[in-house]
Amino acid sequence: MNLPFAASAAERRLLTEGRLSGPMPWVIAIMMFLTVLAAAGGLALNQAASNVTGSIAQRITIQIVEANPDVREAQTRAAMETLADLDGVTDIVRVPDEEIDALIEPWIGAAGDEEGIPVPTMIDAALTADAHNDLAGLEEAIAAAAPAARIDDHAQFLAPLADLIGSLTWLAAALVLLTASALAASVILAVRAALNTHRNTIEVLHLMGATDVQIARLFQRRIALDALFGGLVGFLSAAIILLVLGQRIGAVGSELLGSATLPLSAWLLLLLLPLIGAIVSTLVARYTVIGVLRKLL
Amino acid sequence: MAAPMATTIAQFENVGLRYGTGAETLSDVSFSLDGGGFYFLTGPSGAGKTSLLKLLYLALRPSRGLIRLFDEDVVTLPRDRLPGFRRRIGVVFQDFRLVPHLSAFDNIALPLRVAGVEEQELATPVNEMLAWVGLSDRASARPATLSGGEQQRVAIARAVIGRPEILIADEPTGNVDPEMAARLLHLFDALNKLGTTLVVATHDIHLLSRVSGAQMMRLEGGRLSDPTGALKNPPREPQGRRSEKARR
Repeated sequence: MNLPFAASAAERRLLTEGRLSGPMPWVIAIMMFLTVLAAAGGLALNQAASNVTGSIAQRITIQIVEANPDVREAQTRAAMETLADLDGVTDIVRVPDEEIDALIEPWIGAAGDEEGIPVPTMIDAALTADAHNDLAGLEEAIAAAAPAARIDDHAQFLAPLADLIGSLTWLAAALVLLTASALAASVILAVRAALNTHRNTIEVLHLMGATDVQIARLFQRRIALDALFGGLVGFLSAAIILLVLGQRIGAVGSELLGSATLPLSAWLLLLLLPLIGAIVSTLVARYTVIGVLRKLL
Repeated sequence: MAAPMATTIAQFENVGLRYGTGAETLSDVSFSLDGGGFYFLTGPSGAGKTSLLKLLYLALRPSRGLIRLFDEDVVTLPRDRLPGFRRRIGVVFQDFRLVPHLSAFDNIALPLRVAGVEEQELATPVNEMLAWVGLSDRASARPATLSGGEQQRVAIARAVIGRPEILIADEPTGNVDPEMAARLLHLFDALNKLGTTLVVATHDIHLLSRVSGAQMMRLEGGRLSDPTGALKNPPREPQGRRSEKARR
């Protein structure tokens, strides 16, 4: 069966193959390598942004800043009970004293508590979006139960970071578009060069009654194979870099950096890029050839 | 019983052709070709023979005038209908224009492949054509390894394998020795007897005497004259020249 988009075995012999011998597959490989890296960056940043604006941004930390340890403990318990009674509070964790000691150790040393320096207690709480929107009501309820409480809204100090991540995500998307455009432009140049190389054969075929679509099929098949080969090479190279980077980021142990990971769905999306690249290259080749041939009679 | 009327296969009326903004290469060319006829087109170099043939095999559109092929106006014919007309025309180019990376077999098979003939149906007609032009033993040879005469025969076989209604040959005897020229004419004559209309451009007016029934059109300075009465629609002579003739 002869598919409308595919050249038959006999048609393929009408032009010299020359596939993989020219620079085209390698140009496509470089373009795809950059596209996959940019797309992976964008997807990872998007994931990080969703983590920041989701689970992290809807958290609050309550500090009970009270010098008297008994009052501080009483207000801590009262604040936790109040939080537990409120709607929209999904998680309440009292930060262990050892963890707080470890946090402040670089500044006041290991014996802070023993020397009588009052260290506030801390409660981490996760809120639903509705509860987070009504933070003033929550503050009022906590203040009634624990007058020494101070509430830190994570969203406030994460907002500039979220904005930065958002901007970087858009930048990555723009890079993907730019590299895709450069890929299309290089396909157009390659097709025009091939048309020039095979001008005599094309004119002969044309005068024998070959249609524009028949001639276009010869070129689009070659470009599709080049694009698929180059795309897979580019994807595999980028995937290796991404896996190594992922390991390095994991070794850093940062919660924020760790949130910029690629889920399975993102990997599947990246795997589609060589296929999309081949389809786009095929279409660009087809319409370039038809456009050039239309200028002939 | 009266002889059956030959059908007109091609008709030019006041055709002019101009490349770019230069002077007209062809001016007021008018003629009709009968189906099954054998026509020689002669004239000096630069007279416009190749341009006229290009109009005939639909490689160019005229700047003005009317061209009818197979009873259709091909000047205004939509571009997407041209391939169908081109498949009814065989062309032997002056420089052969064989595809260099294809064997003689594949070059001859080109028109059939373009027409979508299945691979398993190709071998018999192509091999018959190779035998007809005496190149059975050169089927797998590439053009670069063929002699000029052999390339010419491959070009002819390629032009006729699709059984065209018109065969157009541009200077087919220009690059071959007299013996080969005679063989080529014999091939053309055989094709003509099978009903193919032939239009052969040549410098050599002696060829005309070698093909019985052949007629000649002569181009000079882009204008056509009719020395053998070949044209059903011959050009009118300018008024001045006619009255001069009458005086003589």
